[in-house]
Amino acid sequence: MSIIINKNSKILVQGITGKEGGFHAKQMIEYGSQVVGGCTPGKGGLTVLDRPVWNTVAEGRAATGADTSIIFVPAAGAADAVLEAAHAGIKTIVCITEGVPIQDMVPVAAEVKRLGARMVGPNCPGLITPGECKLGIMPAHIFSPGPVGFVSRSGTLTYQAVDELTRNGLGQSTCVGIGGDPVIGTSFLDCVKMFIDDPATKALVLIGEIGGGQEEEAAAFLQGKDIPCVAMIAGRTAPPGKRMGHAGAIVSGGVGTAQGKVDAFMKAGVPVLDTTQELVAELKKRMATAKV
Amino acid sequence: MIIHEYQGKELMDAIGIPTTKGRVASTPAEAKAVAAEIGKKVAVKAQVHIGGRGKAGGIKLADTPEQAEEAAKAIIGMDIKGLKVNKVLVEECVEIEKEFYLGITLDRDAGTHVIMFSPMGGMDIEEVAVTHPDQIFKCHTHPWLGVQDYEIREMLYKTGLDAKMIKQIHMFCKKAFELYRKWDCVLTEINPLAVLKDGRVVAADAKINFDDNATYRHPELEAMREVAEEDPLERSAKERGLNNYVRLDGEVGIIGNGAGLVMGTLDIVAREGGKPANFLDVGGGANAALVANALGLVLSDPNVKGVLFNIFGGITRGDEVANGIVQGVKQVELKVPLVIRLSGTNEKEGRAILAENGYEVAATMEEAAKKIVALTR
Repeated sequence: MSIIINKNSKILVQGITGKEGGFHAKQMIEYGSQVVGGCTPGKGGLTVLDRPVWNTVAEGRAATGADTSIIFVPAAGAADAVLEAAHAGIKTIVCITEGVPIQDMVPVAAEVKRLGARMVGPNCPGLITPGECKLGIMPAHIFSPGPVGFVSRSGTLTYQAVDELTRNGLGQSTCVGIGGDPVIGTSFLDCVKMFIDDPATKALVLIGEIGGGQEEEAAAFLQGKDIPCVAMIAGRTAPPGKRMGHAGAIVSGGVGTAQGKVDAFMKAGVPVLDTTQELVAELKKRMATAKV
Repeated sequence: MIIHEYQGKELMDAIGIPTTKGRVASTPAEAKAVAAEIGKKVAVKAQVHIGGRGKAGGIKLADTPEQAEEAAKAIIGMDIKGLKVNKVLVEECVEIEKEFYLGITLDRDAGTHVIMFSPMGGMDIEEVAVTHPDQIFKCHTHPWLGVQDYEIREMLYKTGLDAKMIKQIHMFCKKAFELYRKWDCVLTEINPLAVLKDGRVVAADAKINFDDNATYRHPELEAMREVAEEDPLERSAKERGLNNYVRLDGEVGIIGNGAGLVMGTLDIVAREGGKPANFLDVGGGANAALVANALGLVLSDPNVKGVLFNIFGGITRGDEVANGIVQGVKQVELKVPLVIRLSGTNEKEGRAILAENGYEVAATMEEAAKKIVALTR
């Protein structure tokens, strides 16, 4: 078991004829993900990586029965691409694109939700259910199947922590990179709830960063749950008003401070660690006590 | 991207939001001319991208054009919290009877924009939020329908203000939201929204921030960008194509790939007793040109006493990254210690290449942070 994606996910790659889309589609196929085709307006009829290309998502979905898509189109067209997928009936839409204007994403995120579909991202590395399906741009070989549910707002810090988990013999059920933007489709809390309901997930790692109130929301939900869980918050030293790389990683108006997030996790009984080594060591300890 | 009060007021004027009458001046002589044109008592206000200018002496009142000239002489060139004042706004001095607050921003947790109004304006709204949370009224806008008149009315009638006043504020809410949408803002704030003794209601200050991801569709904003006011190193970063650089005030230069990883690196350096000089996320892999470029930038900060390079080799292999670093470092003049921490794909091969070339390498973030802190002491 896993959350959001598994070996049966049928994937369309929006922007498969581009450099990024083509590169990552190939990597996903090599991993074993079921990439059934791609979409690029004006490139319909082509074959890329032995897969058919359609002009529209609607055509691609009708021909393949795809239920999942991943988006590699430039920022100015990303919101349109998400809506196209959602309205074509795609249920899981991962938007890798970074730099999408906030005012484009506000109506799109709401519409995707209204349709009962799920968007992950934008500005995210995607997600992976190790051994079954990779739907993203992460380096696949650091992941391994296992009981740890993983949710994070950042990319490389995730890889760092996952690498550490795998080396310590702790595999992952699903790893979700929810993205570093202020408006995203799937929140920390959404993932935590799904993981709690997933029988294959026996422990949780949460990697947050400054900005917004998502970590606090997830922490409040975890209060009293007995699943072994550890967290890390990046950006403790960031000064207020300075944007740390991600559009969402900014402390403004006293909201989204690292300390507030640390306090929220501590209150919920979730320890917050400073480095990925300490994080994994603590999780190992907690999993041993919980006899997972 | 942020702009000055005078630029914000220009945008407000253009969309039909009444503001205080005035104009910007870059010299005392210009300030005198503007004051003469206004023909009454004026306020001379420093235009600088930082709060607290009033307390720092950046706002002065002047009864005559001559006094305005004197005030401008004192303010232009002044240093406010490390920023030099280049311009002043000279505007009519108004007699304020009441001060309100009006602000529009993104509510991240609600996933949509929110209009906020408070009858307690003029002061720091974050303080009001703490001391008088019941005095902040909010109206969340619909993700695609925007805001309706009745929604603004529902918010404003809760304030207890009289119907005539509510009607006036209603117009400000609508127009400010129109401005917020039109320009892809992340903040449009009028504080104070001032009720004057003569009965007028005007935007007495204007604070507007734009979404950096959307400036591409507003080419007019480029002309408003004040390059001279930006931190020179942050400006140099943009010129080098390094868009994720933030200057801080410490002495340990930090470079890494990925925003979260770099933030994590700053945190661990601080925990080990060092002070980060900057945040720099170079993204993706690390080829020679990129490494040389990033190092060149970080080393141009005179406070930097050492550099910590933290790279996770993902799809780009660690040995390729190591070769990139070796080649890149050769292209710059390195006079301070450099510690490289490399992990991930092919990390052993990568570290071997770095060690062969005489670099200080570390396997873990903690080890790297300890090393660089010791070397910069």
